[in-house]
Amino acid sequence: MKQKNLILISAIFLVLAFIVGAFVYRSQKADAAGQAYQRDKTSYVRPHSPGYGHPAAKVDIVEFFDPACETCKQFYPMVKELMAKYPNKIRLYARYTPLHQGSDTVLKMLAAADKQGKFWETLEAVFAAQSYWVSQHRARPELVWNHIGNVGLDLARLKADMELPEIANMIQQDLADARTLNVKATPEFFVNGKPLPTWGYEQLKTLVEDETRAAY
Amino acid sequence: MNSSDRAQDPFSWTLVFLCWLLATISTLGSLFFSEVMGYAPCILCWYQRICMYPLVLILPVALLPFDRNIVRSVIPLTVAGTLVAGFHTLLVGGYIPEDMKPCTQGVPCTEFHINWFGFVTIPLLSALAFLLITALLILAYRRSSP
Repeated sequence: MKQKNLILISAIFLVLAFIVGAFVYRSQKADAAGQAYQRDKTSYVRPHSPGYGHPAAKVDIVEFFDPACETCKQFYPMVKELMAKYPNKIRLYARYTPLHQGSDTVLKMLAAADKQGKFWETLEAVFAAQSYWVSQHRARPELVWNHIGNVGLDLARLKADMELPEIANMIQQDLADARTLNVKATPEFFVNGKPLPTWGYEQLKTLVEDETRAAY
Repeated sequence: MNSSDRAQDPFSWTLVFLCWLLATISTLGSLFFSEVMGYAPCILCWYQRICMYPLVLILPVALLPFDRNIVRSVIPLTVAGTLVAGFHTLLVGGYIPEDMKPCTQGVPCTEFHINWFGFVTIPLLSALAFLLITALLILAYRRSSP
């Protein structure tokens, strides 16, 4: 009986040590990331990154997204809802992260649409039609054209802009930043530089709430 | 001391209990590296995990009550783990060249994430844990021989 208790108590102690250690490690890392972000936002936000929300907002959500990612599509309205809850306090930045085959072409479309000031409108149209142009995790960019007709884009100009080296460079830059920030899946969020403690919408909501409370 | 006394030898029990503690600390430690700190385990790390993780579940069976046959049964696992971890330690230390091979998306086994005091790497910790566990298990098995 004494032996059994010894094993049981040791097991409980070790598992608790693990959980406490994980908690301490994550919160220290998040604080360090938050401080680093206030000093230098370079890898998080580039001058070419499309932003949404009040420009002087004190809480930045940086989202690494793939237009062909179903979860990114599901998160989109939830993030907007979160932003509506704190009007003018949050700014969302989109980072191009082509993790699906064919996504890079769709991202070129979006980046070219940004040159016409219509990134978010185009993104919404692209997400709304996602099931038509993504099948079995493969993007078929040629099908996207059928669904962005109503956005009001100059399509001839969009096609020409998509071929610009600067557009390709933006996507390369974003992918390089994703690697720097250890982004391995989409959507990945950073709130004022802090990564989600574990992935999930509730965690994002809590982090945004905490950061908003701290900033205002 | 008659044979049933030896089978319940408290010293052997303590040795195997220490092995279980080591195995559990190693298991949780490796999970901390991969799941909390986010270091992706390479293929050699996985082979070592295959040898280490079962000990956490099997050794308590050898302890409640003490059963030297189970101690004997897990020694092949700990020996295999020692060999893989030893090889991995030498690989990371640069004593064995890694074969030239095409780049894959996986994690190279020569990459190291921690380097305490200039020589303590994860494979070295693993090799020491396996070596110690193997030694203690052999000792416990021999001491408890009827």
